[in-house]
Amino acid sequence: MAIRPLLTKDFATENLEQLAVYERTGGYSGFKQALEMQPDALVDMVKKSGLRGRGGAGFPTGNKWGFLPKGMYPRYLVCNADESEPGCFKDRYLMEESPHQVLEGILIASYAIGCNLAFIYIRGEYLPQHEALEKAIDEARQAGYLGKNVLGKGYDIDVILHRGAGAYICGEETAMLTSLEGYRGEPRLKPPFPAVKGLYGKPTVVNNVETVCNLPHIVLNGAEWFAAIGTPTGSGTRLWCMSGHVNRPGNYEMENGTPIRELIEEHGGGVWKNRKLKAFQPGGASMMVLLPQHLDVGLDFDAIAKAGSLAGAGAMVVMDETTCMVDAARRYVKFFEHESCGKCTPCREGTFWMANLFDQFEAGEAKPGDIDLLLDIGYNIDGRSFCPLGDASTWFPRSVIKFFREEFQEHISERGCPFKKSVQEAVA
Amino acid sequence: MALAKSTAEQIKDLAARYPSSQSAIIPALWAAQHEQGYVTDEAMHEIAEHLGLPPSLIEATASFYSMFLTRPEGRHDVVICINAPCMLRGADEMVAYLERQLGVRAGQTTKDGAITWHSTIECLGACGGAPMMQVDHRFEEDLTPERIDAIIERLREEPAPHAAEPKPEVAAAPAVTPAPVKPEKARPAARPRTKKVQN
Repeated sequence: MAIRPLLTKDFATENLEQLAVYERTGGYSGFKQALEMQPDALVDMVKKSGLRGRGGAGFPTGNKWGFLPKGMYPRYLVCNADESEPGCFKDRYLMEESPHQVLEGILIASYAIGCNLAFIYIRGEYLPQHEALEKAIDEARQAGYLGKNVLGKGYDIDVILHRGAGAYICGEETAMLTSLEGYRGEPRLKPPFPAVKGLYGKPTVVNNVETVCNLPHIVLNGAEWFAAIGTPTGSGTRLWCMSGHVNRPGNYEMENGTPIRELIEEHGGGVWKNRKLKAFQPGGASMMVLLPQHLDVGLDFDAIAKAGSLAGAGAMVVMDETTCMVDAARRYVKFFEHESCGKCTPCREGTFWMANLFDQFEAGEAKPGDIDLLLDIGYNIDGRSFCPLGDASTWFPRSVIKFFREEFQEHISERGCPFKKSVQEAVA
Repeated sequence: MALAKSTAEQIKDLAARYPSSQSAIIPALWAAQHEQGYVTDEAMHEIAEHLGLPPSLIEATASFYSMFLTRPEGRHDVVICINAPCMLRGADEMVAYLERQLGVRAGQTTKDGAITWHSTIECLGACGGAPMMQVDHRFEEDLTPERIDAIIERLREEPAPHAAEPKPEVAAAPAVTPAPVKPEKARPAARPRTKKVQN
């Protein structure tokens, strides 16, 4: 198991974002082949492939499609391109380099679930990616891949590209649907799940950009072929977004199950400035911190979960020995405070309270009981929030307290951050 | 200031595309901001009329999303990400450097009206090129003090993006991949758009 370019295999091709070039690399042959199949056979194929959603939760894609109630139409597909998890920048890369691959995946998913109108909800900040998709949709429409009676097969499909306007919460699927309906992006209660009652109250599937990008390859090569890649419970590859203190940050597509060590040390070139690794964080801002002793864990949903964190949306944030773990946790807590939609009290008030306490730690004003207070607040947010945003705001800081409690104590005893170099000094 | 006729037409067209005209609220706000640089109360009332919805609903939506501006700014809008992945690679130092070079605090505009140093910001999805800033709607990655100087110098000369003629732009460097990385390529001419903002 190692580097395994699947979605990114043609990314070195010049002008891949153009339809003619994409077609030359085999583009849209997956969609053409899918149109020759019965939609139910496609759903079965994706179930058998073992493809799990790449947006964060890792839910089996075919099963998600299978939850749509029979005979209820219209149905909608929403492609989640609202990538906003700190540390993640894979969907941006996929949309920028090969927008047609995203679109082809959407067309296959739409056909499989019997949807005639699909949406792409893209975060407002991704303007060049928006432009790339807009152009791809126009090209595909002119070429007859979308519109009425696609390729003469009697199937109608249209795609609306919908641009968000700056709200992390809209990456949560029910908040995304609320936002797509024109409202403030607040989450809804589940159940009913979107598969039953989603966009405009109709059955809806929400799939991540990277998830749909896998579909053309599954259709062309078969479910067994895909299932053989990766691990038994995590088939395929994933794009890992490596950032922080590594020599070569960037996106790396790895076969599932490859040891984390290979990603960081071999492909990322190891920790920068010849420093030692202190900690790393898979998954994104929400996920728990892991330590050098976890380097041999495989890049896989279940393996990372077993190690005490989550693979989430495929981030890999690397932290060297000079990192102040309290400050790292503070950044994430402040992020969640800023992005809390305000709908439920545990998240709205709790993230605010945690952020205040973290500021006090960095400013040297924290008191001995404040470490346990943070844990207590975290305990009272997690599982008591309306949506996963609140829960997730507590996971990283609580894991940091678990592994680096002494750093919090030093912030108290030294009345400030022991790691901080003066900013003025740094830029002088 | 009333919306231009072409913007009003665009909003009506948008409303017709969606199964519900309410879904056109965010696209309509983008259209208004694109034309006028920010979203005025008058524009929100007009959007409400075109979509056949109460004005309160338009404002409720507009006020939720951080990218809609409610007041005019300088010609260019600048934000810097300070979330953890950027912090690890020196974002705080870049913020301090930018403030020193511009001589303004967050939320202020330079005296020549060229640059609004809007604020620090949360993750924009450029962690592989950290530290990063966003200028108008484009990412500037792998920041150094020298790069910031060059960007400032450029912005002091350049017109506002929505006033500029479309011209080819060079995309941000492609992220590192195991596959051979192709050289930076020229992107198609950027459509002039309004400035972005985050609180």
